[in-house]
Amino acid sequence: MSRVRADEEEYWHSSKFRAFTFDDEDDELSQLKESKRAVNSLRDIVDDDDDDLERVSWSGEPVGSISWSIKETASGSTGSLDGRDSSLQKGSSSYAALPKQASSYSLSSLFKGRSKLSSFQSLSDALTDTGVKNYAPELRRPKAEYKDYSSDWSPKDTVRRMQRGKVCSLERFRSLQDKLVLLDEAVAGHDGNVITAVLIFLKRTLRREILFRELEVRQVALCHLIYFLRETGEQKFLLDLLRFLDRTEEVALSQYREHLNIQDVEKRREFLKGCIGLPFSAEDTSHIQDHYTLLERQIIIEANDRHLEMAGQSELFRKYPRKASILNMPLVTTLFYSCFYHYTEAEGMFSSPTNLKKTFKIPDKQYVLTALAARAKLRAWGDVDALLTTKNWLGYTKKKAPIGFHRVVEILQRNNAPVQVLQEYVRLVEDVETRLNLATKYKCHDVVIETYRDLKDRIQLTAYKCKVERGSAEEEKIHSILSNTQIRWKN
Amino acid sequence: MAAHLSSGRVNLTALREAGRRELREFLDKCAGSKAIVWDEYLTGPFGLIAQYSLLKEHEVEKMFTLKPGRLPPADVKNIIFFVRPKLELMDIITDNVLREDRGRSPQRDFHILFVPRRSLLCEQWLKEQGVLGSFIHREQYSLDLIPFDGDLLSMESESAFKECYLESDQTSLYHAAKGLMTLQALYGTIPQIFGKGDCARHVANMMIRMKREFPGSQNSIFPVFDTLLLLDRNVDLLTPLATQLTYEGLIDEIYGIQNTYVKLPPEKFAPKKQGEGGKDLPTEPKKLQLNSAEELYAEIRDKNFNAVGSVLSKKAKIISAAFEERHHAKTVGEIKQFVSQLPHMQAARSSLANHTSIAELIKDITTSEDFFDNLTVEQEFMSGIDTDKVNNYIEDCIAQKHPLIKILRLVCLQSVCNSGLKQKVLDHYKREILQTYGYEHLLTLNNLEKAGLLKPQTGGRNNYPTIRKTLRLWMDDVNEQNPNDISYVYSGYAPLSVRLAQLLARPGWRSIEEVLKMLPGPHFEERQQLPTGLQKKRQHGENRVTLVFFLGGVTYAEIAALRFLSQMEDGGTEYIIATTKLINGTTWIKSLMEKLEPAPF
Repeated sequence: MSRVRADEEEYWHSSKFRAFTFDDEDDELSQLKESKRAVNSLRDIVDDDDDDLERVSWSGEPVGSISWSIKETASGSTGSLDGRDSSLQKGSSSYAALPKQASSYSLSSLFKGRSKLSSFQSLSDALTDTGVKNYAPELRRPKAEYKDYSSDWSPKDTVRRMQRGKVCSLERFRSLQDKLVLLDEAVAGHDGNVITAVLIFLKRTLRREILFRELEVRQVALCHLIYFLRETGEQKFLLDLLRFLDRTEEVALSQYREHLNIQDVEKRREFLKGCIGLPFSAEDTSHIQDHYTLLERQIIIEANDRHLEMAGQSELFRKYPRKASILNMPLVTTLFYSCFYHYTEAEGMFSSPTNLKKTFKIPDKQYVLTALAARAKLRAWGDVDALLTTKNWLGYTKKKAPIGFHRVVEILQRNNAPVQVLQEYVRLVEDVETRLNLATKYKCHDVVIETYRDLKDRIQLTAYKCKVERGSAEEEKIHSILSNTQIRWKN
Repeated sequence: MAAHLSSGRVNLTALREAGRRELREFLDKCAGSKAIVWDEYLTGPFGLIAQYSLLKEHEVEKMFTLKPGRLPPADVKNIIFFVRPKLELMDIITDNVLREDRGRSPQRDFHILFVPRRSLLCEQWLKEQGVLGSFIHREQYSLDLIPFDGDLLSMESESAFKECYLESDQTSLYHAAKGLMTLQALYGTIPQIFGKGDCARHVANMMIRMKREFPGSQNSIFPVFDTLLLLDRNVDLLTPLATQLTYEGLIDEIYGIQNTYVKLPPEKFAPKKQGEGGKDLPTEPKKLQLNSAEELYAEIRDKNFNAVGSVLSKKAKIISAAFEERHHAKTVGEIKQFVSQLPHMQAARSSLANHTSIAELIKDITTSEDFFDNLTVEQEFMSGIDTDKVNNYIEDCIAQKHPLIKILRLVCLQSVCNSGLKQKVLDHYKREILQTYGYEHLLTLNNLEKAGLLKPQTGGRNNYPTIRKTLRLWMDDVNEQNPNDISYVYSGYAPLSVRLAQLLARPGWRSIEEVLKMLPGPHFEERQQLPTGLQKKRQHGENRVTLVFFLGGVTYAEIAALRFLSQMEDGGTEYIIATTKLINGTTWIKSLMEKLEPAPF
């Protein structure tokens, strides 16, 4: 044991694989790189023609797995697979004749009691009808056809049979009492499939008022019916039910959901208009109202702008053709669009940003952020400046950014603003450290230099000299500051 | 092929065998050559049970994906649809059947195999379309619990949580109960059942009822499991919302693991041969299977990602050393021995190469600024900092239009960590989300509210701090490299669900009665009588085996935490994990979102 270790030790000190001396290396990333390198270097050593110990196609799917085979068998009508197919067909009769293995047991047999294992033999044998299940009658067949089956199953037995996938006639449950017992049995079994089947039967054979009344005291069954109605799209029946139950908010939401299925925008708008009066919560009502108003605006803007674009007279649309229609876009996207194409419009116009801001009570922060992004994308630096400038009542102007100037810088930088523009806003970042970081990152030399001067940090300022160009104005500036005897340096 | 299923304490190969057997039985019913038309969702789960070779042995010659239109002209006797019982799939099948050329000879026979259950609703639907009579066999294949690994079973029912908590549809619970009955039939009656939550209660009730109704299910198999713990996902809504920080958890968060497979960007997996390099760079994603059959993966998957790098580099050393051996091999015997080890070494090498590449991919993301900011906010919420006001980072993310699911995860996390948000805060978030992402998401927000993930605080009381302290959900001194507590899986946060399992084993739930009452749903204990003679006499030092069933989904990080508890030297309990679906925060929230596009047909 110790010998082995010594050998290993020796190996690590003599090996040409220098990459592996990472005893004092803690950095995860470099460790990863090293193991990668090691792995790669090993490629040369071993000829790995056959490293498919398990055969794996490039997509990683083991050859022969189901999803791989779907591709294979579906795509190639020629090729090796087909060759194998034909050979398979020849032998097909013998396959069919293969006896089943007797030793293993199947899942369903555990419940059917058909297993070869003796311990399962007693399992509900009495209930299993043999052989006929493949030809079991369909639901709602004329009564005469399944005389044999409808003998005398109790509600409980009926439910049990259905749970095991057998089709049963429910028509013999005639009285309300019988039907409800059947429903309660189904609910007690918790099998949604059976519950739903019974509900379909009740829905067909009971008057609405009675069905609703009985379901009101049977919550589980009720939930299943609601789910069923939603799945099958029986919207009207569903709304009647919810209204009966006084679940008004659900009625409202359920109706509102319908708008998603309406493709035509005009129809969709009309539909949304109808939703406004529905009994939503106060908060939701205002959202629905906004949804309607927004679509209404978008329809107007879209018609107008499509016309403008086609006419080809607007330079803006020529230079920046629209990528998609504005219909059904979110509010903030619409605001961006309007800041991009309709920035200077008067408030009276539906498409003007200020109009949108007012109509939808868009918060300042959101507005500035969106407008900034749109104007920066157009490189309209003047607009950016105006957006961030406020005038107080004495007429003094001041720069203000509700989102913080560091965010302004980020947005401008992402849109490739020139240093002169960037610099102006970096300077306004309040937190000194953030300001220095941003200024250094984006090479706003003036801001860096001035900040170090204000911090009276001679060492950093001196060090910064190597970051600016030789003989540039910035270098000159650093020199003059450093030689300024008025400054009391802190270091 | 499936050796990894028998590596654990409970041999799950038997379950897989039972599944294969049932499949063969069905295929043999449809005599003659066959083509299978697959509901694409099912190919993954079926792949864990059977390979194409099994189907081929039973005369399956062609396989297609289910889609509208005319079926491909395969010359087979039988066309079998393998589908989930969903109405939209019935519509496609109807289309297929109606377009079938009646004049072709010989005619093809149609069959349907419903997975996991035959549905009367679907059959009714087919009947209304007038095609029900076209099917000769209509059967079900109860693929309830699918073995994913030696200690992991999943039903892969993606909508189970939504159905249980949004639609009060308990069908998936019925399947869970049936799956548990199957397990008991194979591995013996489980003497003790514990549970927490409404769904847990339902499942336990159903199991007891099923047992009563089929007295024959009393079997004479010596019980493998000592305890079953049923846990509702809504008892612990917090855990899936947080970003998992184990290796496997991160792979799932970033790339999504489906039925043990992951698809990765191909760039890092360059072609093997130097000569071929650059000629045709792969554009198809690289697909890898991830399970304990791969030695290296089994070792690293449950580690905190920060502890993975050092393991990989150690492995690299060992493998390099092993390959170096060839220089020392002098005699023919030595060379022969070296060569005999080559296949194993090559497998190890390619495994190491893959995981080094994956780790690099993940590292790129975990070192990004945004990942860090996101994690910081999550950890603040979970440790109880500033959960009652509008969070700046979340606002910024909305402003920059980060993916909606990310926003919803964070807002829900904040809500859960504050036992609901103040009305003003909730309204603010809602407004921002609707304005930025579209008003139609009102429906999704309503779903989240209904599921309890996003809600206004009622009664002005925040229970979370009490729960956090009593259950020690937040650990400040977490050790990621050599963990001593389950909190390592989230670098500080100990998953509530797993803590409940841990405390149940020792010292028992009686010690936390107060907290259990604060969590939703009842907690309970049931005993199932065993015939005398089957009662276990425990050997000294033998571990108990507990099956933990997560109703509504489980994350890989939670699985890792349970595996950690299994491996603890003085733990005394080994865990097998079952679930309705393997989830992460993203897939989970997605399952609750309103489908916004109408069906494509």
